Amino acid sequence: MSVKLLYFAWVRERVGKGEEVVDPPAGVATVADLMIWLAARGEEYAFAFANPKVIRAAVDRTHVKASAPIAGAKEVAFFPPMTGG
Amino acid sequence: MPATIRLQTADFDAAAEAAVLTRERTDVGAVVTFTGICRGSEAGEPVAAMTLEHYPGMAEAEITCHVDEAQARWPLLGVTVIHRYGRLVPGDNIVLVVTAASHRGDAFAAAEFLMDYLKTRAPFWKQEERPGGSVWVDAKSADDAAADRWAQRRQATK
Repeated sequence: MSVKLLYFAWVRERVGKGEEVVDPPAGVATVADLMIWLAARGEEYAFAFANPKVIRAAVDRTHVKASAPIAGAKEVAFFPPMTGG
Repeated sequence: MPATIRLQTADFDAAAEAAVLTRERTDVGAVVTFTGICRGSEAGEPVAAMTLEHYPGMAEAEITCHVDEAQARWPLLGVTVIHRYGRLVPGDNIVLVVTAASHRGDAFAAAEFLMDYLKTRAPFWKQEERPGGSVWVDAKSADDAAADRWAQRRQATK
């Protein structure tokens, strides 16, 4: 299942890119699973996802918890807590 | 009810935006405008500039969702939200919220609600240029608490 990933703020800086398309294996079912799978992809990912608890996620542009499923998702975004306004 | 939501790099004119909501109507009794402005220091350190990054598409959707909720919770006669992104220097406008209602209580409450949610739910991130280099601004627990109290109030009224 191929899915577009977007990274923002320091997650983007640590990963070293703003977006990419990945094809995680079938066992990767939730946002939390996806972060664990990403963290094993290389040093920069391990750095970005070292503390998944501080990373927020959105599936198809809607805020979700780490336990949210990613089945059918077109776009998953990872970012730090927001600081707008 | 007209709602205007804009994300832009350009500056905005708070007075002109407020005037749009009252033009040619006599039912508006209260207009609240809130402008967030880039500060020149943070925690005792000078800030030369800040850069706002956002998630295009989701930012508009998230703000629209909260504007819809504000309209459902208070009898508003107009809402405008403008959020800038890109590099801003101290003194620059960052965000504008304008709410119009028949009475001030609704206008004040809706404006505060929208700002509290923009701070914690709208996908924007600030990076400040400090003397030691660029730093991403940490989310403040006080902002989360401010947003949470609206959820508590909603539950209390259910």
